[in-house]
Amino acid sequence: MTGPSALRTTVLRGLSGAFERLTTPLLPDDYLALVNPLWCGRELRGRIEAIHPETPDAATLVIRPGHAWAGHRPGQWAGIGVDIEGVRHWRAYSLSCPPGRPDGRITITVKAVPGGLVSRYLVRRATPGTIVGLAGPDGEFVLPKRPPPRLLFLTAGSGITPVRAMLHALFTGGAAKGALPDVVLLHSAPAPGEAIFGEELRALAARFSSLRLYERHTRAEGRLRPADLPALCPDWADRTAWVCGPAGMLEEVQKQWAGLEDRLHIERFRPAVPEAPGDGGRVRFTKSGRETDAGGGVPLLVAGEEAGVVMPSGCRMGICHSCVARLAAGRVRDLRTGQVHGDAGDLVQTCVSSATGPVQIEL
Amino acid sequence: MSTTALASRADVEEFGRELDRIRDEITASLGDRDAAYIRGVIAAQRKLELGGRALLFASWLPPAWAAGTAALAAAKILENMEIGHNVLHGQWDWMRDPKIHSTTWEWDTASPADQWKHSHNFIHHTWTNVLGKDRDIGYSLLRVSPEQRWHPVYLLQPIYNLLLALTFEYGIALYDLEVERIPSGDKSVAEALTQLRAIAGKVRRQIVKDYLAFPLLAGPAFLPVLAGNLTANLTRNLWAHTIIFCGHFPEGAEVFTEDQLAGETRGEWYVRQLLGSCNIDGSRLLHLMSGNLSHQIEHHLFPDLPSNRYAEIASRVRALCERFELPYNSGTLARQTSSVYKRILRLALPGTGRHRPESAAPPAPDLHAVG
Repeated sequence: MTGPSALRTTVLRGLSGAFERLTTPLLPDDYLALVNPLWCGRELRGRIEAIHPETPDAATLVIRPGHAWAGHRPGQWAGIGVDIEGVRHWRAYSLSCPPGRPDGRITITVKAVPGGLVSRYLVRRATPGTIVGLAGPDGEFVLPKRPPPRLLFLTAGSGITPVRAMLHALFTGGAAKGALPDVVLLHSAPAPGEAIFGEELRALAARFSSLRLYERHTRAEGRLRPADLPALCPDWADRTAWVCGPAGMLEEVQKQWAGLEDRLHIERFRPAVPEAPGDGGRVRFTKSGRETDAGGGVPLLVAGEEAGVVMPSGCRMGICHSCVARLAAGRVRDLRTGQVHGDAGDLVQTCVSSATGPVQIEL
Repeated sequence: MSTTALASRADVEEFGRELDRIRDEITASLGDRDAAYIRGVIAAQRKLELGGRALLFASWLPPAWAAGTAALAAAKILENMEIGHNVLHGQWDWMRDPKIHSTTWEWDTASPADQWKHSHNFIHHTWTNVLGKDRDIGYSLLRVSPEQRWHPVYLLQPIYNLLLALTFEYGIALYDLEVERIPSGDKSVAEALTQLRAIAGKVRRQIVKDYLAFPLLAGPAFLPVLAGNLTANLTRNLWAHTIIFCGHFPEGAEVFTEDQLAGETRGEWYVRQLLGSCNIDGSRLLHLMSGNLSHQIEHHLFPDLPSNRYAEIASRVRALCERFELPYNSGTLARQTSSVYKRILRLALPGTGRHRPESAAPPAPDLHAVG
């Protein structure tokens, strides 16, 4: 058993080592990617192959991932990196398809949110053929290997996307071989035509009697309140629940499920970035564990040095790029231009960047 | 160049503000077009290298040898100058592409990227043309400025400069080691040894690739491939040496003293970068193959702005220099190169090389005293 596979690993490693001697300081990957961008092994990528509109402001993107993509579990999300105006932006989106599509492709379903740079790009401007960065899959908002017999899904807006992958796994995928589970789906959308996957969910509910769908159209009926829950699903407390939607709804749900947390799974989408960040803030250096309060005019480099962190540094005027460090959270201001920027994972020049609110630096 | 050219202190600061405005405008306008440019140059360079190496496998045919060697030399020049040098300056960091980033890039030359970034990006670009601070003045080997004290060893500099040009990549790798900082205790022997090991490792990989692995793969064409790779590396070395020496050593480039640095303002920093740097006039091809170091002035004013923008920045900087009556040192490749070699020859001998008594040689402009 180990023989052939160990031999194969040794041969592959030897071959790749030999090729690396020929391509140093680059890797063979860098040349293979000239032929097909998906053949880049160091950096996982995908190609958008189709874009299907779901509602006036939401679309499903069908993506072919590079060969290094690990299969996902229904409910997980993937990181998508897109270049907009030359700058790479990363966002996480729930995978809306169940795993193991025969064509090897995956889908994400994106709702264009007002002011959302990436979501609007993906829904309105991206075209088939676009190469995107991929990360993941990841996330704990998943179905267990053996789903419980009775489930409750409570979703609103684009919160349906991870649940759609779960519903397909439960009813039409490999997990559906045994007895069909008893599922209640309570889904809120502004209006019937604006419900992502609306028609598909209705068709699914019509086909499977053990799937009960309640649609709430909030523009006409108002938001679903926790108090409505017992009437819509009298045995809600006995079911294992998966909830995904806006932050306000999640807060209410957490109160409702107090004491029943072991039966509750919640998915939070990316926390909103404050629109008008204040000046300065608490700066935490994650590796050294040090923290300090830095004013809006104080470079992170200076704040770190004063807090006793060993900071890489150079010119102290933004020209030599010796001081760059990874931003783990928060946003920073470029002291030269005043521009506020930064997403988790970005490398920032600490000598010309200041905190705009709480910031975490990987140093 | 006389200090009266810098009309007043207020002008120096206004000049700086104008340059900051250019910087802001260029930064705000960076986008898809620029990202496509660097990705295009990188893809073209890789194809040129693949094509060159493929042609060299047929190098028993003289035209294939010549074409393959030329393509490989061009690829190596592009890789070092327009791509490597500029990526390592962080010019493309704004794209947030981890594969085209100053923290991840390693280049096809003997010098490890991180060591070069320290000696070049930090030391040279911060202390540009400050005697005793900027180690690029003569690269610790040459007397290229009359302000450097003469020593009999400089009599041989026309010869060892040619040797340096041929082996430039190794010269730069050892230069980045900064061994002269060891005696003062500024740098530990252990640190130098760690760096030397990194250099040795990189040099070994480079040598194995060009002088062993590819020639062996070519089988019967071992020798022509070896000769082709050697020629390509020599060509790249000579070209890089030429372009880099034209950046700060032609006639007219100013040298500054350390006491001029005290309290240097942003405007004065800009003026020092301007007075210490020299441009090369030429075609778009020349700008590309020189990594836009033909726009050395613009590169020193804005070392982290993308190189493809230097040409448009140059016309604006030239106009500003006219308005503020500041010199703008630019000339053809032939003129700047011959100016450099005249200096190297003249300054091999004692004296300043200036047509005035040494005692009357003007000090470099004291930017604080003007006005």
